[in-house]
Amino acid sequence: MTGPSVSSPETLPTPSGDAAAGIGRRISRWFYGRPGIFLLLLLLPPLLWLGIVYVGSLFALLLNSFFAIDPFTGMVKYELTLATWKQLFTLANFDIIMRTVTMAACVTVGAAIIGFPLAHYMARYAGPRIKGLLYLAVMLPLWSSYLVRLYAWKLILAKEGIISWIAAHTGLSWLLDALLALPVIGGPSLSVSYIGMFLVFLYIWLPFMILPIEAALERVPRTVTDASADLGARPGMTFRKVILPLAFPGVVAGSIFTFSLTLGDYIIPGVVGSSRLFIGQAVYLHQGTAGNLPLAAAFSTVPIVIMAAYLMIAKRLGAFNAL
Amino acid sequence: MRSRRQASARPRASLLLKLGTIFCVLFLHVPMAFIILYAFTTEDKSYVFPPPGLTLKWFAVAWGRQDVWDALTLSVQVALTATVMALILGTLAAAAVSRARFFGREAVSLLVILPIALPGVVTGIALRSAFGLADIPFSFWTIVVGHATFCVVVVYNNAVARLRRTSGSLIEVSMDLGANGFQTFRYVVLPNLATALLAGGMLAFALSFDEVIVTTFTAGQQTTLPIWMLSELVRPRQRPVTNVVAVFVIAVTFIPILTAYWATRSSAFAEGGGK
Repeated sequence: MTGPSVSSPETLPTPSGDAAAGIGRRISRWFYGRPGIFLLLLLLPPLLWLGIVYVGSLFALLLNSFFAIDPFTGMVKYELTLATWKQLFTLANFDIIMRTVTMAACVTVGAAIIGFPLAHYMARYAGPRIKGLLYLAVMLPLWSSYLVRLYAWKLILAKEGIISWIAAHTGLSWLLDALLALPVIGGPSLSVSYIGMFLVFLYIWLPFMILPIEAALERVPRTVTDASADLGARPGMTFRKVILPLAFPGVVAGSIFTFSLTLGDYIIPGVVGSSRLFIGQAVYLHQGTAGNLPLAAAFSTVPIVIMAAYLMIAKRLGAFNAL
Repeated sequence: MRSRRQASARPRASLLLKLGTIFCVLFLHVPMAFIILYAFTTEDKSYVFPPPGLTLKWFAVAWGRQDVWDALTLSVQVALTATVMALILGTLAAAAVSRARFFGREAVSLLVILPIALPGVVTGIALRSAFGLADIPFSFWTIVVGHATFCVVVVYNNAVARLRRTSGSLIEVSMDLGANGFQTFRYVVLPNLATALLAGGMLAFALSFDEVIVTTFTAGQQTTLPIWMLSELVRPRQRPVTNVVAVFVIAVTFIPILTAYWATRSSAFAEGGGK
């Protein structure tokens, strides 16, 4: 931690004599007596931007969902109606929602399983040097390019790509073929199957799961695990009865990210996977090629509602203390 | 069990845990290595593995591509502008939230986090429909508005974390010693905040440079580098050039990330987390 630093005082202009400093003094004195006004000045730009521009746009979007497309002209009719919402609750759209939620749930569980060992090792076993390196190893993919990382998997999953090559050279081609022959999750090649899409989602959002778990485990005091051992618990039992329950809020916190990010993504299902739609794609298509902005607006409330429900449950499970 | 007790305070990890850790690290990093390998392949029609031969010529080809340069220029300009705006707005919001308790303080935090908490597709379509309603044509500035909106949070998070750890008595001391508000800001607050702002700005740049979901809604016909990459992903035309650009993007985004890590080492890098 870098200590508080103060620039060398001799560079300060003397309070008296300097006219500019005099004005500065008067202005700051005026504000000092009126902290409310100063606070308002600080808050005004961000509030104008986020409160008016951004939240305003969100409301405009919501408002749009109460308009509807005129079936004859294909133009948006600007009168309030619930027709678009009725359109949302059809079987086909329900399919899209279920498909997306299922994928988000699978990705979340997968990320928790794959990410847990790394988080556990980082929090409880690694020395400071290794820990720093592992931290960087999680941070770099988290912040680096989403598209490039997706592109990497396009290379890997391609029919002529690395996975097929490895399978062919280890005599496991039959296994790959068997996987791809599975009814729903298979497909002609990994790059157009749900298995491939799952792997890509898992890879892209995994760092978001690792960090909260690590943070939660970091807060488990060593004395607690020592006490467990003293009371006769074997390491496996300590892990199941002490560490796992205490890590659970971290898992839930991580799941907020993996779940929400998968729910709203429309690029990965478009690049890897079959032609069946996900929520994000449905929103994108309705507003774009279909030109049905009202339906797109109504659709975009679906992930928001799902996430609001999810967050409420997560709050109950104590996830926010682990963030 | 007993031998573990005798060892130093840090227990030893089981083999299974070590293997799990190694697997996870490899899973996170090996795919990137393949991108670098493919930038040198001689094969330009498919993603065949192993590459039939290695060559450097695609770097020269990519260098000569004007569309790549145009996209890169636009992306850098947008990222720089959005970062500056995010720095201003994020610092102001952080200063307000950390200096006083006021009605609606929680709401301000929520407001700042909202653009990344909501799915990108929602932010994108909301801004697009707002631009449509207000008859604003797509331009450089519509992209910047979108990017700055979700970049504010990274700056805000870093600045709030730092301000929380900066003692308020430092400011009072400065005032007691006769510095006015501006001088206190210039000589006391800013030096303390500098590395946090550097980290926040770097991450905001990385975030904006890489953003594609909101951009597809606010760019109109303009092509940023991520949009260029996306069109190549959906309909590959020049695979080797895309490979080279991908390597370049990895290199460019690693610099700000490592700088941010260095600037906030051992402190609040995690608080910038969460795209």
